[in-house]
Amino acid sequence: MFEEQGITPEGDLIVNVGPQHPATHGVLHLVITLSGETIKKVEPHLGYIHRSIEKMCESLTYRQFIYVTSRMDYLSAHINNHACALCVEKGLQVEVPPRAQVIRVLLDELTRIASHELWWGAMAMDIGAFTPFFHAFRERETINDIMEETCGARLTMNYMVPGGVMQDLHPNFQARVKSFIQQYKHKISEYAELLTGNIIFKNRMKNVGVLSVEDAISYGCTGPTARGSGVSCDIRKLYPYEVYGKLDFEEILETGGDSLARYMVRIREMQQSIRVIEQLVDDIPEGDFQAKTKAVLKLPKGEFYQRVETARGELGVYIVSEGGTTPYRIKFRSPGFSNLSVLDKIARGGKLGDLVAMMGTLDLVIPDIDR
Amino acid sequence: MAYVNDTASQFPGQVHETPGGGIVLSKLDDVINWARSNSLWPLTFATSCCGIEMMAVASAKYDFSRFGFEVARASPRQADVIIIAGTIVNKMAPVLKRLYDQMPDPKYVIAMGACAISGGPFFYNTYSVVKGADHIIPVDVYVAGCPPRPEALLHALISLQQKIKSGLTREQIKTGKD
Amino acid sequence: MQNDELQANVSQLLTTATFEEGGDWLTVNVGADELLPLASQLRDDQALTFNYLFCLTCIDWKTHLTMVYHLTSTQYRHSLVLKVKLDRDRPAVESLAFVWRTAEFHEREVYELFGVDFIHHPDLRLLILPDGWEGKNPLRKDFEDPINMIRL
Repeated sequence: MFEEQGITPEGDLIVNVGPQHPATHGVLHLVITLSGETIKKVEPHLGYIHRSIEKMCESLTYRQFIYVTSRMDYLSAHINNHACALCVEKGLQVEVPPRAQVIRVLLDELTRIASHELWWGAMAMDIGAFTPFFHAFRERETINDIMEETCGARLTMNYMVPGGVMQDLHPNFQARVKSFIQQYKHKISEYAELLTGNIIFKNRMKNVGVLSVEDAISYGCTGPTARGSGVSCDIRKLYPYEVYGKLDFEEILETGGDSLARYMVRIREMQQSIRVIEQLVDDIPEGDFQAKTKAVLKLPKGEFYQRVETARGELGVYIVSEGGTTPYRIKFRSPGFSNLSVLDKIARGGKLGDLVAMMGTLDLVIPDIDR
Repeated sequence: MAYVNDTASQFPGQVHETPGGGIVLSKLDDVINWARSNSLWPLTFATSCCGIEMMAVASAKYDFSRFGFEVARASPRQADVIIIAGTIVNKMAPVLKRLYDQMPDPKYVIAMGACAISGGPFFYNTYSVVKGADHIIPVDVYVAGCPPRPEALLHALISLQQKIKSGLTREQIKTGKD
Repeated sequence: MQNDELQANVSQLLTTATFEEGGDWLTVNVGADELLPLASQLRDDQALTFNYLFCLTCIDWKTHLTMVYHLTSTQYRHSLVLKVKLDRDRPAVESLAFVWRTAEFHEREVYELFGVDFIHHPDLRLLILPDGWEGKNPLRKDFEDPINMIRL
């Protein structure tokens, strides 16, 4: 691994980026072949955070394995837990009460806003603008405080269980979410002026990393990465789960395919998330917060697949069960795995500085890829 | 505990007032330790979820630059302290050892989070996780939590500063002798 | 397109395919050497257009291995599951990396975790495991590693 050859026979330079690097958002090792400053080939080396989660889950029960999944894509921890709980409920054929459904969707959308905020701050820091990082974390702190009051933890909250949610909402939840939305709605336009209208930012993002529609589908990209090229793939709209079928929000599509298009998709998605929260927070239905399930869960023999839309794309949970208390095989189809495979295609011919902008807009979280 | 004492947080030295100004009498070791502990530069090393809490400590609400950790360096040659935030797996272990070797002396290590202390939630039934970062490099301060709250990490940074000001080596602290 | 229409279309393309009952999506069992022509036809056929492979994995059933491919069409929004049964001692199947580009990374992962050999794969080597782990297929059910793995 350390004994790479420095120069190819044609005279191109081979450079390592990572695994310890401030701009790779985790431990990603890229081996780049450069000719001057133009990129000829990008080869990702993964596995620096491979924690063998799939093997571990084969010895955990259906109630226990959910905590591990919130450490996979830790920025959308609630959504990962939600996917696993939905898959287990599909196997058990349990009906989730309406109060729990609305609580789950509210927390999902808050998590999506928090994840996109951190993406925005970290990407701006990579490009060279340091100020948005502090603004982004200030918003995240407010959301983390709301989560901490209800769920008990700031980052890896283990709140969703098969059947509903673990505990009822805190009495302050509605008031805090409403006041957060009130002051956040105006902040988004402030942030748009700060970064989006900036001429340097636009020049760094326009026509950088163009991804065509055929490539996006063939490489399996999902989420804002594919929606920036015009592929309609929002799971909340195509295969609605929980109460998403009854809500009024738009799927954001852009046709540019470059980094600026992917950036605008995420900014507009934050606004759509606010719209969803506004529709739900005022009338949360009364009732149970958890359906009655047995203490020891056993799924019937068969296979179950559940897809949800995380902040990065489509997460698929595939459980193969043999009738016991632990799953026989679990496979997590992570969005980052396919989004990363397209990096080689879009980076060729660009400059080394553009690579950072491309990785920023692909929004990779490496533990999600390595599992 | 041998290193937590009140004199460690005071100014190192005695001030004697004279008509022309003041004279400070101190030991050179104390002054150097005081200067070192108030200006530790961390290395940006975050593997997984604890990295987000470390970034939260770096940002405006729980600021760690008021304790001297402002300049977070990307290169290990310019860093004093490495905060191991996240799980260490078998493939990452040689990289961590190489980073630690590249740091110039005096260097300190903080193991943040359950994964870096002992493997954490990934202790049983995994084939690729190193069960604790102290199998690879010697650790000075352990912070418990999964992930630890930002205040816990700040407490760890302050404990590290007190440990440096006390002037004892790791073996002296472990055995409790002076 | 509904499941019964899909079943009729797929039987027309490949007469030796068998179908499984149960589940939301149609499940098709094919042999290992019929996979590549069927996959190309599924992608190119105008009525089917399965252009999006969203999950590729392998299951170890102690007596044999099974490859599972989940396909869907972005145009018609119907889905299909392909299953291929492989021999446990020498599992080998054609690579689908030139039909759907996403299969390249997924097949590398299955190669290192289960030991399945993908014929004509452009670049088959370890992806996630460290160097020196070729041949030790960790996700197989008979994997033992007393040094690294502490059992509860």
